[in-house]
Amino acid sequence: MKSKKAIAKSRSVLGEGMGKKRHLRVMVAKPGLDGHDRGARIIARAFRDAGFEVVYSGLHQTPEEIVEAAIQEDVDMIGLSSLAGAHNYLFPRTIELLREKGADDIVVCGGGIIPDEDVPKLKRAGIIEIFTPGTTLDNIVQWVKENVKPR
Amino acid sequence: MSSVAKKVIAGDIRAVARLIRDIDDGMPEVREILKELYPATGNAYVLGITGSPGVGKSTLVDQIIHHMRRDNKTVGVLAVDPTSPFSGGAILGDRVRMQRHSMDNGVFIRSMATRGHFGGLTQSTRSAIDVLDAMGKDYIIVETVGVGQDEVDVVKSAHTTVIVVIPGMGDDIQAIKAGILETGDIFVINKADREGSDKTMSDLRLMIDMDRNKYEGGKWKPPILKTQAIFGKGVREFLEEVEKHRQYLLRTTGELQLRKKRNRVREELIDMIKKRLIEEVLENLTETGQFDEAIDSIVEGKIDPYSACDNLVLPAIGGFSGDPVKS
Repeated sequence: MKSKKAIAKSRSVLGEGMGKKRHLRVMVAKPGLDGHDRGARIIARAFRDAGFEVVYSGLHQTPEEIVEAAIQEDVDMIGLSSLAGAHNYLFPRTIELLREKGADDIVVCGGGIIPDEDVPKLKRAGIIEIFTPGTTLDNIVQWVKENVKPR
Repeated sequence: MSSVAKKVIAGDIRAVARLIRDIDDGMPEVREILKELYPATGNAYVLGITGSPGVGKSTLVDQIIHHMRRDNKTVGVLAVDPTSPFSGGAILGDRVRMQRHSMDNGVFIRSMATRGHFGGLTQSTRSAIDVLDAMGKDYIIVETVGVGQDEVDVVKSAHTTVIVVIPGMGDDIQAIKAGILETGDIFVINKADREGSDKTMSDLRLMIDMDRNKYEGGKWKPPILKTQAIFGKGVREFLEEVEKHRQYLLRTTGELQLRKKRNRVREELIDMIKKRLIEEVLENLTETGQFDEAIDSIVEGKIDPYSACDNLVLPAIGGFSGDPVKS
């Protein structure tokens, strides 16, 4: 009989898509009129490289559209990116809609140009984490791996 | 009937989304639910759309949805994007082109990653088609880049298979030809305002005519259409051709066969058996450690791989009762 470790190794040899395994699915979304999506695209890429399935929303989405898409895609997390200052409305509104739809088991984090003083307010509204400029991709990926589990 | 199955048939979005996730993640309990849903399937018309990356498939699908919704038809979309073989992750970006339909409750869009091996995609996509069918969608559109046998199989299982190219794809058309060109029921030259669309048209025409007998024994002549999906040009005409193809299938195969085409059922069953066998046998062998032991034995030169395979597989399928070769 082989050790547990050896068995785990051979399982990965069998490859993805075999047998039951939950894959982490996340959505990277750009709410509002903000057109700066370089950051969101880079995050999406980093998530892909971390082995997540990433649904990218595209630009100029309303919170309503984001929530509807997140539900249809059955994601575990929504990452909102905002660099245009409307986060104080858009982020909490997204949480509110998830609650209305009974989908608040989908967690929401955010990132972008967000002043420090707004962070506590957003967290109180239900955003689980805010990533501001200077956060490394590794940090973000690591945080997601530790804090977001496939439902 | 289970509550999940009831919710799916009632069109509950969350239940449908979750069930497709469970199918994708290979949860064994979905089998019972799919069994319950099966009698409610067979009503949707399935459109398979394939073509190289960047030819405008998603944009075309967006326009198709738009027209179908104007005709009061409900639409389900399965957009398949490749999984990175290095990380196992995927960026699923097809939705971007279809976002204007996200608030329309007559449209359900789901992105799927190709993930892995052994026909897993083929089967999970077919099961997802069944789910959307059972939830009552009139049309189901499956979009893939059509590389790899799995994706070809997915597209082949559609009622109408559409191949999208763009002008100037001379050699690429040859590449498509190997394996998938013969499966096209309708051809679309998108971005037709670009230079070379007439040449692409005549190239395609020639190739299709040369292979004429492969298309339904020469009875269906695949039309070639020019579109500019981004401007919505040619989409109405395209849908007219889809309808003509549906009528053709109805005439030649009849209502029942259209619902459950014999060839398709056969291929689906083969895939299902293959996947199930691999799952059951290989999973078990890895769990018990036999798989690793066999690898060690082969590496150490104690046994040849052919005998090792016999020893692993035959007992598992109940076809062998002799002593396994000692290693």
